[in-house]
Amino acid sequence: MTRTSSDDRNWTVEERLREHFVRGLAGDGTAYETFLRELCGHLRGYLRKRLMGMPDDIEDLVQETLIAVHSRRDTYDSGQPLTAWVHAIARYKVVDLLRVRGPRARVTEVFDEESDLFGSVDNEAALAKRDVARLLERLPERQRLPIVHTRLEGLSVAETARATGMSESAVKVGVHRGLKALASIIRGER
Amino acid sequence: MKTDDLIARLARGAGAVEPNAVARRYGTAIGWGGFAATLVMALFLGVRPDLRSAALLPMFWVKLVFPGALFAIALALAARLARPAMPLGIVARVLVIPLIVVWAMAAVELIGAPQADRAALLLGQSWNVCPFYITLLSAPIFVGAFWAMKRLAPTQLVRAGAACGLVAGGLGACIYALHCDEMSAAFLGTWYVIGMLIPTIAGAALGPKLLRW
Repeated sequence: MTRTSSDDRNWTVEERLREHFVRGLAGDGTAYETFLRELCGHLRGYLRKRLMGMPDDIEDLVQETLIAVHSRRDTYDSGQPLTAWVHAIARYKVVDLLRVRGPRARVTEVFDEESDLFGSVDNEAALAKRDVARLLERLPERQRLPIVHTRLEGLSVAETARATGMSESAVKVGVHRGLKALASIIRGER
Repeated sequence: MKTDDLIARLARGAGAVEPNAVARRYGTAIGWGGFAATLVMALFLGVRPDLRSAALLPMFWVKLVFPGALFAIALALAARLARPAMPLGIVARVLVIPLIVVWAMAAVELIGAPQADRAALLLGQSWNVCPFYITLLSAPIFVGAFWAMKRLAPTQLVRAGAACGLVAGGLGACIYALHCDEMSAAFLGTWYVIGMLIPTIAGAALGPKLLRW
């Protein structure tokens, strides 16, 4: 039997996450953090699909599930798929929330057996950051640096001028022209 | 708190995890619970005085092995139910084997006995206290099993509670067998089963309330 491409993708996610997780269990904090960050994106995507009527609860439930995974990580058996283990915890937390909320809560497909947890990703913030970085790369230095410093890192114009060695007016002009250039890139004019 | 900060905090305090959490947790719970139950049995009920001669009879061992087998199977189930997404597999079905064996022995015994003796075989001298004492002795083990389960990660709380209850009932009945001097399979298959069933049902009922995490 041949696996579909989506199976392949899930499989590699499973392998990668599992490796980080197992290294985390052995005490590797960096690998563990990588695992939690990636898992967080998957959880958010997964929960968003299942709690459509309750958008306010999603982030709370993401956090609660992360804490649950963290505090019960010693119940993972290295012989079982990580997907199934995490999925069972996430589902337990969803069902628990719904029991508390009562029948008014609307949910779609909470009781799915087929796990597509690692198939869903929602790292909007991280993805947006990457997109912005990619766009900024297309600007010349004298526009990119002022934008990065003043708009992304939150420095003042004076501080940016000191950090880059540009004059304050050059910084202001750079930000202004740079943002205009970005806008036209986004509109697809360049 | 923002999720990013939460992750950073979780990762910072993580450290290495000791392996075999489930086994260690249950080892502690069963050890202390079993110790307490044995103490209660020895102090308040007393070990049967004819233990030496009784130990030569096969029925004495059947009375230990039957609840012991249910205890062991329940423990295997509890260990699985303590891990998210761990399939129960064939283990749940194995539970009926000790029951079938004992009920078959009871049937042979009752059919082979004269009509007049059947009631005595079934009721013995202590049918009215046996389930109560088994439940009593299972109580400390029940507490231990729930304590262990709650710290682990059960996701099916009714089943997890029932498994904890049968762990307690099975071991409690095993310990009670050192006191009880009934020697018929019919008695074992009836009153011991009821005695083990009480903590099992209590476990199933209390699971959703007590095991939530």
